[in-house]
Amino acid sequence: MTQDHLASDLPNFPMTRACPFSPPEQYAKLRETEPLSQAVLKVTGKPAWLVTTHEHVRSVLGDSRVSSNLKLPGYPHQFHIPEEMLREVRLMLLSMDPPEHTAQRRYLIPEFTARRMRALRPRIQEIVDARIDAMLAKGGPVDLVSSLALAVPSLVICELLGVPYEDHPQFEEWSALMMNHDISPEEYGAAVMGLDMYLDKLVTAKGAEPGDDLISRFIEKNREEPIADHTDIVTMARLMLVGGHETTANMISLGVLGLLEHPEQLDAIKADPELLPGAVEELLRFFSISDSGTARVAVEDIELDGVVIKAGEGILALNNSANHDESVFPDADTLDIRREEARSHLAFGYGIHQCIGQNLARIELEIVWGTLFRRIPGLKLAVPMSELKFKDEALVYGVHELPVTW
Amino acid sequence: MRVSIDPDRCVSAGQCVMLAPAVFDQDEDGIVTLLDEEPPAELHAVVRQSASLCPVRLIQIAE
Repeated sequence: MTQDHLASDLPNFPMTRACPFSPPEQYAKLRETEPLSQAVLKVTGKPAWLVTTHEHVRSVLGDSRVSSNLKLPGYPHQFHIPEEMLREVRLMLLSMDPPEHTAQRRYLIPEFTARRMRALRPRIQEIVDARIDAMLAKGGPVDLVSSLALAVPSLVICELLGVPYEDHPQFEEWSALMMNHDISPEEYGAAVMGLDMYLDKLVTAKGAEPGDDLISRFIEKNREEPIADHTDIVTMARLMLVGGHETTANMISLGVLGLLEHPEQLDAIKADPELLPGAVEELLRFFSISDSGTARVAVEDIELDGVVIKAGEGILALNNSANHDESVFPDADTLDIRREEARSHLAFGYGIHQCIGQNLARIELEIVWGTLFRRIPGLKLAVPMSELKFKDEALVYGVHELPVTW
Repeated sequence: MRVSIDPDRCVSAGQCVMLAPAVFDQDEDGIVTLLDEEPPAELHAVVRQSASLCPVRLIQIAE
């Protein structure tokens, strides 16, 4: 079968959300009729398996016969990476397999323990309050994305990593570019290179003069027991920086929008902040912003329900589909902040690569949404919902701007 | 209920320690530790949920 023939027979991926509050319409049909199916990746024209049920997504992501290594033939790339760059590029944590993955993750997890996250709460609260002070001082309408949603996770991750916040406009631009399906190989390469040159200097500086931060502690551990060279550390820092703010930022804005569009649930949260942690899980499930971030390639044949994924074939385990699987989440297309099973969502992935910063994200979301609606209870959209532009082609879903007033 | 864990496989997603802090903790390296092998009945539901959510399924329950 030729590539052209495949392209004409198989659906394209990514599929577009017809409604900003729902997964692509095709997902429900796929779950029902063909839970393991093939599609053609728009960016590369190559085929990949789509895994769509909650059970299968967990099964594939928990399987040691899949690899996350983007250098392997058959890996389902979702943006253009110049071939030369692919050969040279260092693997980020999320692209590593054991034992390299295990070693690097173990160096990082002490930074993200439940205890550390609890200790961060007061500082995150200060950061959020300062941004809301600024919004109130300026007066509405403001763009919630730039004034709050991007600023808060940026400030938090900069503090964790020991990155000077005054440098944030530059790396926010680079990381937004890197999350876009739709840029050229040259643009992608330039964004990665720009960020890496910046972080290269920063890592060198931290090596000479350590601070009280994640990068300095990684360098220190690595001196005692080396697992990474300078370039690996720069690559690790890039993942923490990009992964730490683009995702949370998009989730903050979408969650605000989701709650504004469900006023009775928002009123319930305002009346009873104890509902917030459940609302965080439900909004993570409902929007599933990193739908196809869980790309894998089979390294052995894998049989699932009578379907064989052959060694060397690419797999996308779609968590936005899994999170709308009616067998786990009844009435899945409805937002319900009291949903008991919400926490079973796979929005942070599953298996050994499940998001290392998930509990940081949970705390940030809870504090941002709780504080925003407590301090500005009259918050509302400043434009009709139909005028909002969503990031349909980005690797991480979101809204470009969210004009709000009060 | 009897709980056992396999800490060697822990990836420190932290789901268990957030859900059932009376039963699960993390050591200074961030790896799961078990505080209570035989948790009281009122914690059984969150312990089962922790086992079900653990992304590497390292929590075993015998009932």
